[in-house]
Amino acid sequence: MKRIVGASVVILTLSIMAAVLVHAALSINGAGATFPYPVYSKWFDEYQKKNSQVQINYQSIGSGGGIKQVTEGTVDFGASDGPMNDEQLKAFQDKHGFGILHFPTVMGAVVPTYNVPGVTSALNFTPDALAGIFLGRITKWNDPAIAGTNKGVNLPAADIVVVHRSDGSGTTYCWTDYLSKVSDEWKTKVGKGTSVNWPVGLGGKGNEGVTGQIKNAPNSIGYVELIYAVSNNIPYGSVKNSSGSFIKADLASVSAAAAAVAKTMPDDFRVSITNPPGETAYPIATFTWLLIPEKFSDSAKRDAIKGFVNWMLVDGQNYAEALSYAKLPNEVIAKEKKALGKIQ
Amino acid sequence: MAATTTVPSASPITGSRSFLRKLREGDEIARLITFLFAVSTVLVTLLLIIELWRDSALARHKFGLQFFFTRVWDPIAEQFGALPFIYGTLVTATVSLVIAVPLGIGAAIFLAELAPARLSDSLEFFIDLLAAVPSVIYGLLGVFIVVPLMRDYAQPALKKTLGFLPLFSGPAYGVGFLTAGIVLAIMVIPYIISVSREVLMSVPRDQREAALSLGATRWESTWKVVVPFARTGITGSIFLALARALGETMAVTMVIGNTPTISASLFSPGYSIAAVIANEFTEATGDLYLSALIELGLVLFLLTFLLNGLARLLIVITSQRGGGTAHA
Repeated sequence: MKRIVGASVVILTLSIMAAVLVHAALSINGAGATFPYPVYSKWFDEYQKKNSQVQINYQSIGSGGGIKQVTEGTVDFGASDGPMNDEQLKAFQDKHGFGILHFPTVMGAVVPTYNVPGVTSALNFTPDALAGIFLGRITKWNDPAIAGTNKGVNLPAADIVVVHRSDGSGTTYCWTDYLSKVSDEWKTKVGKGTSVNWPVGLGGKGNEGVTGQIKNAPNSIGYVELIYAVSNNIPYGSVKNSSGSFIKADLASVSAAAAAVAKTMPDDFRVSITNPPGETAYPIATFTWLLIPEKFSDSAKRDAIKGFVNWMLVDGQNYAEALSYAKLPNEVIAKEKKALGKIQ
Repeated sequence: MAATTTVPSASPITGSRSFLRKLREGDEIARLITFLFAVSTVLVTLLLIIELWRDSALARHKFGLQFFFTRVWDPIAEQFGALPFIYGTLVTATVSLVIAVPLGIGAAIFLAELAPARLSDSLEFFIDLLAAVPSVIYGLLGVFIVVPLMRDYAQPALKKTLGFLPLFSGPAYGVGFLTAGIVLAIMVIPYIISVSREVLMSVPRDQREAALSLGATRWESTWKVVVPFARTGITGSIFLALARALGETMAVTMVIGNTPTISASLFSPGYSIAAVIANEFTEATGDLYLSALIELGLVLFLLTFLLNGLARLLIVITSQRGGGTAHA
């Protein structure tokens, strides 16, 4: 009996090993942002169906982790919701002797979501109102800064409970980037980043944590990803853009935000698209990037990654909207195709 | 130990021959292997300390002792201070023990002394089950049940009756030190009950019988004779509970509010060391930021070490005073 069990275990192990070895000829590893994980996993899956010899593995460990691991060299490419800053670029250059390139993949947006008893319509928020609320200057819902743009809505004289993210995230980066642009006080007092020193508010872990806090606490306000708000059916407000219109976030307004910046986009694609010009643009939107090194020692990997990015820019974009991500504008796609040539 | 590891110098030939013979007999091999296993635990602890020490070097050199007294946690300005987190960890652990210890010891006394054997055994089954539940489930319990109860009923009631105390002042969010303390108490009570019950049951019968024969009531014999006899074991169980309360991550981060503040009020949201590491580690870019988080880990390690050391000391002192099994 023992011998039979022992033998079958050995055979099972060997066959699993054989299956794994035969399976994929080329395995590419990436890691990084959690925000685009649904669309990335769809892409890598679809790409492998068309190119069975290429298997791309992606671990959504967070933007910070993605930047760190691609700099260390443990993964072949990274992904991040916020572009690498000059310090991080230099660190990569110093370690490897060549640079790293950013490739925008999709866009997302961050929306202000709230729970005010009795308010069922979408509230209008000005940049000053949002900055004031999150700085702790505006403490009551019926403050003129909020009431002024929401005439006809019965706002209670209740204290605002602010909810923010407790974990570091690209969502926070986008939100604080926007607030830094529209409020000098925010810029000097708090700044922008994946984790900041919040002046007021409770912290919830992940989009789910923030939503949970808001759902359970009356008179609360927070920020979540647009995709998350849409798929979970939570009410969110409109934000006034730089042209003066109150825009409610959706795929069209997010694409408009990118299109407005596309003409003046820098060659390295490290651009913030918050508070862009444009009548229909939603002001709190962001690209998310793939971080791909300029040089690959393994030419097979290089060609596979270039092939994937090419596919992503054309066919891949068609999968984005179904998952509630906004497609890249055509000008950006064209520019990226050219930039692919930089990868040696 | 010395016989196996030191080379006998007096009669090398006979000494080594007897060593080899013992080796062939298998006893020495067993001894060596089990010794290595035991030593490996010490090794792992040492490696942990070394790794924490090395990776926190950047933050230690930059902040020095000020790290323990700074209240600011600002990743953008790169100012890091551990005080709010140490405060939060200690406060939530204290609140949880204040709730769990009387309840736990009381339950243990009931199960060991006053309950019929069948009831005691079946309740023990459920208590062991509770101890095995993953902490994230307790977190969900906290978020969906405890937090709304606190926000809608408990905290307003406390505010109305005891609101004049700074301990119960401030707005009631539902999340905060008190809620985290309560969730932690629910998590550590099974540990206290299990261990205390075992210890109480192992008190020799003649102690009880002696007290009863001297005219003590059932309760008097329990409270005045049996429990003091089991004192060291019960203290051990409390420190076991404390160790869990200090290190608990997921359940705490879901109900504490995740705000690095220091406040006298238990209603205030706060933060604990384990929670901030769990929240911020994956996205922490920047060497100083990571190093500061690792230094926080080192602080937690030292805190646990210190408290466990105090526990050992307490057990040694009280057992020297006589009575009680040194069971911990």
